[in-house]
Amino acid sequence: MEFGFTTAAYVVAAVLFIQSLGGLSGQESAKRAVWYGIVGMALAVAATLYGPGAGNWLISLVMIVVGGVIGWYVAQKVQMTEMPQLVAAMHSLVGLAAVFIGYNTHIELAVVQGMDAAAQEAATGFAATLVHKLHDPMASALISILRVETFLGVFIGAVTFTGSVIAFGKLAGKVDGKAKKLPGGHALNAGAAIISLVLLFVYLQTGSTLALLVMTLAALFIGYHLIMGIGGADMPVVVSMLNSYSGWAAAAIGFSLSNDLLIVVGALVGSSGAILSYIMCKAMNRSFVSVILGGFGGTTGPAMEVTGEQIAIDAEGVAAALNDADSVIIIPGYGMAVAQAQQSVSELTRKLRAKGKTVRFAIHPVAGRLPGHMNVLLAEAKVPYDIVLEMDEINEDFPDTDVAIVIGSNDIVNPAAQEDPNSPIAGMPVLECWKAKQVFVSKRGQGTGYSGIENPLFFKENTRMFYGDAKKSIDALLPMIE
Amino acid sequence: MKIGAPREVFEGENRVAMTPDSATQLVKLGHTCVIESGAGAKAGFSDAAYAAAGVTVLPDAKAVFDAADVVVKVRGPEAAEAALLRSGQTLISFFWPAQNADLLKQVADAGATVVAMDMVPRISRAQKMDALSSMANIAGYRAVIEAGNNFGRFFTGQVTAAGKVPPAKVLIVGAGVAGLAAIGTSVSLGAIVNAFDVRPEVAEQIESMGANFVYLEFDASELPDGAATGGYAAPSSPAFAAKQLAKFRELAPEMDIVITTALIPGRPAPKLWTEDMVKMMKPGSVIVDLAAERGGNCDLTVADQKIVTENGVTIVGYTDFPSRMAAQASTLYSTNIRHMLTDLTPKKDGVINHNMEDDVIRGATVAHAGAVTYPPPPPKIAAIAAAKPKEKVKELTPEEKRAKETAAFKAQTRNQIAMLLVGGGLILLAGLYAPASFMSHFIVFVLSVYVGVQVIWNVSHSLHTPLMAVTNAISSIIILGALMQIGSGNWLVVILAAASVFMAGINIFGGFMVTRRMLAMFQKS
Repeated sequence: MEFGFTTAAYVVAAVLFIQSLGGLSGQESAKRAVWYGIVGMALAVAATLYGPGAGNWLISLVMIVVGGVIGWYVAQKVQMTEMPQLVAAMHSLVGLAAVFIGYNTHIELAVVQGMDAAAQEAATGFAATLVHKLHDPMASALISILRVETFLGVFIGAVTFTGSVIAFGKLAGKVDGKAKKLPGGHALNAGAAIISLVLLFVYLQTGSTLALLVMTLAALFIGYHLIMGIGGADMPVVVSMLNSYSGWAAAAIGFSLSNDLLIVVGALVGSSGAILSYIMCKAMNRSFVSVILGGFGGTTGPAMEVTGEQIAIDAEGVAAALNDADSVIIIPGYGMAVAQAQQSVSELTRKLRAKGKTVRFAIHPVAGRLPGHMNVLLAEAKVPYDIVLEMDEINEDFPDTDVAIVIGSNDIVNPAAQEDPNSPIAGMPVLECWKAKQVFVSKRGQGTGYSGIENPLFFKENTRMFYGDAKKSIDALLPMIE
Repeated sequence: MKIGAPREVFEGENRVAMTPDSATQLVKLGHTCVIESGAGAKAGFSDAAYAAAGVTVLPDAKAVFDAADVVVKVRGPEAAEAALLRSGQTLISFFWPAQNADLLKQVADAGATVVAMDMVPRISRAQKMDALSSMANIAGYRAVIEAGNNFGRFFTGQVTAAGKVPPAKVLIVGAGVAGLAAIGTSVSLGAIVNAFDVRPEVAEQIESMGANFVYLEFDASELPDGAATGGYAAPSSPAFAAKQLAKFRELAPEMDIVITTALIPGRPAPKLWTEDMVKMMKPGSVIVDLAAERGGNCDLTVADQKIVTENGVTIVGYTDFPSRMAAQASTLYSTNIRHMLTDLTPKKDGVINHNMEDDVIRGATVAHAGAVTYPPPPPKIAAIAAAKPKEKVKELTPEEKRAKETAAFKAQTRNQIAMLLVGGGLILLAGLYAPASFMSHFIVFVLSVYVGVQVIWNVSHSLHTPLMAVTNAISSIIILGALMQIGSGNWLVVILAAASVFMAGINIFGGFMVTRRMLAMFQKS
């Protein structure tokens, strides 16, 4: 009776979760979709508390409430520009939880195996599930599978944990964003992975705690070293990849606990993160492997030399051009997020639109440090989402555009991707803003972008450099738009 | 330093190299200014206006040359003026060093420094002091005005109660700064404008000004590369020139106004409008030859004169178009001079620092420290990036397109079938060995992955961050595992499970909260 109810609740919760993800296909339905997710989660937790294996309700509830209050507080307080860090930090929690739960399974299994028959009969909760497995006719196979699942859960969880911590550090600027590797590079990762694989067989045979512990250390190292070796510009892919990992960890734990809902949701999250990573890699025209292995690969020759000079312009010049323009496209990048310029950009947009000009935003799929980063910032600043367009939607419109304003983006508007076959970013789809009649680039200084690649756009004849902090620059423009 | 502007002594020169406005700006650089009495009179600037701007008015040229450390002029110095230059003095003016080698030698021997405004390199940074361009702009404008003055009809076409007036047809030859200015002016007057230039890359500029570019059918490889000569035109090959003339002959009878601006640096003007073309033109037509000073683009041009041919075509050969708009020309020229002095006074402390390492200053300086420094070494920065040959994207025919699509479809089908076979095979293999209870979970797993992939494909780009936050929140479903274990009898298990519940709790609330905050911000306009 109890089991039947729990299973039914799980089915409903699973459907709600799928609805929740599917609902994100549109801005309006997304608002509803979150509620599906919340209700699904509440239902799942309630059903589990009511169902088999649960106990110590008091501790459970206290922990949920305390954790919930902290989570609520952080989520309320966080700035929209700090979103990438927050998401990365949260992934690390899931990873660590997966490690703990994996260990629990291991401990519980050892305890149950050590019990005598009478004690096994009397076991309740999770232990009873394990006893059930022990008494199955195929007990040895079941235990082996259980061990593999536990092992995998701990492994993925540990990689997710340290990986997310490093990703958080890089996004928050607490760890140097440059790609760094210890001497030995990927051989170290491969070595740690091989050790883990060997330990899997050891663990499978003996169930030794030591094997599990050493593997955990190896996995923690892999997570750390793997993400340290990936440059900050690739962080969007990394974050969604870690998201995917946390899902797979949940699925592996679900197997070891024979919990279908965990499996379903873990698989949903895992596959969605993987797809997202794939979509983003495609947007950068890079293979997933080359992103994970870190650094830009496949450079075949010296990059084309950039000739000419960068011509600066002041706010009056930009304002005059904007006053004369009929159509304007704004290309925001990470620099806008850093300078917190989204409100000023929104104000500029409002003023220009009030004068009857067409103002649109062109968003490159990998602009910022998180997929959809720019959209969220612009939405925060109340830029209507129907003028915020994707690269494919707007790229053909640049030749008919009077003014393109590049705010703090660099690699995503780099013509070298199309013109220079030797460029490290050759072949990456970019926003063809240089086809607009005039391009203004708001930029802090003359340095290169995250990838360290010279950008020929800045040297083009129709490009003017608008140096200075993005927010201050845009604020200086505002009074001159009339 | 004292900056001095003498009166222009060249016959008919109305411009002046310093205006009250530019003097005010020069004072800000730490300089003081002097001017010869009456220097600005023909350009409309009175001595009183200069005095009001803080400029000392001196009675004659000699006084100015004696007082000033830097002499600014429009025209190059006459022999008498050159004799007044002393050692250590700087002269900034047009100079044409190639044509005035003797004069240059004389000035250099006297120890004076000469900055020739006509030698300012054509790089972007130096545009603000490019006096040739600013004067050419005026010449182009004025050429149209002169043409209109001598043309007996409207520029714009009109249908009136008194009859229909056809629009004037204008041909501009040479689309440099003057040519483009002429195009802009005649287009805005309402004429139908055609323009021609030997540099095919300016077609875009011509069309952007509203004129039609006159195309010649020609093999691209035979065309001169304009970018290689610093943006100026180079002499054409004989075959090209013949084709060009044939095209002009074809156009000549239709054109009402022809404005020629074709010049090649350091050479006499090319003859582009021959006598027979003039004869083919309608009576009342006007030719304005902006190249008259260098021999003229038209065979019949007489420099500094306006002539009327036997068949009634007026040919204007004035060489002083900028001077004819002296007020405007002086304002622009004095600003060019002022920018040059700004570069020469980098610290704004009134001390001239003649930095011969600077590309612009080096390029413009033709005499310095007793030596002739012309011609300058080539500038370090190319004026215009060399044009790369454009690759043509092959237009696919419908058949090819269809073939491509079919091939893509087939490849896709093959891929899908292969993946289904491999995946199915693996699952079957697992089913042979794994116990049934595992397989039931496994099926759930595989189906969920499949559902996940299908669902996520449709999520819009802009919602990727909310998606990430939602999946993050949902991934804390791992709390179920912890909740199932927390009832254990083992204290270690309870502690670890409680910690997991705690962390997942943060994640659930934090994740959903953040997602809701983000989505609440998305709004329609």
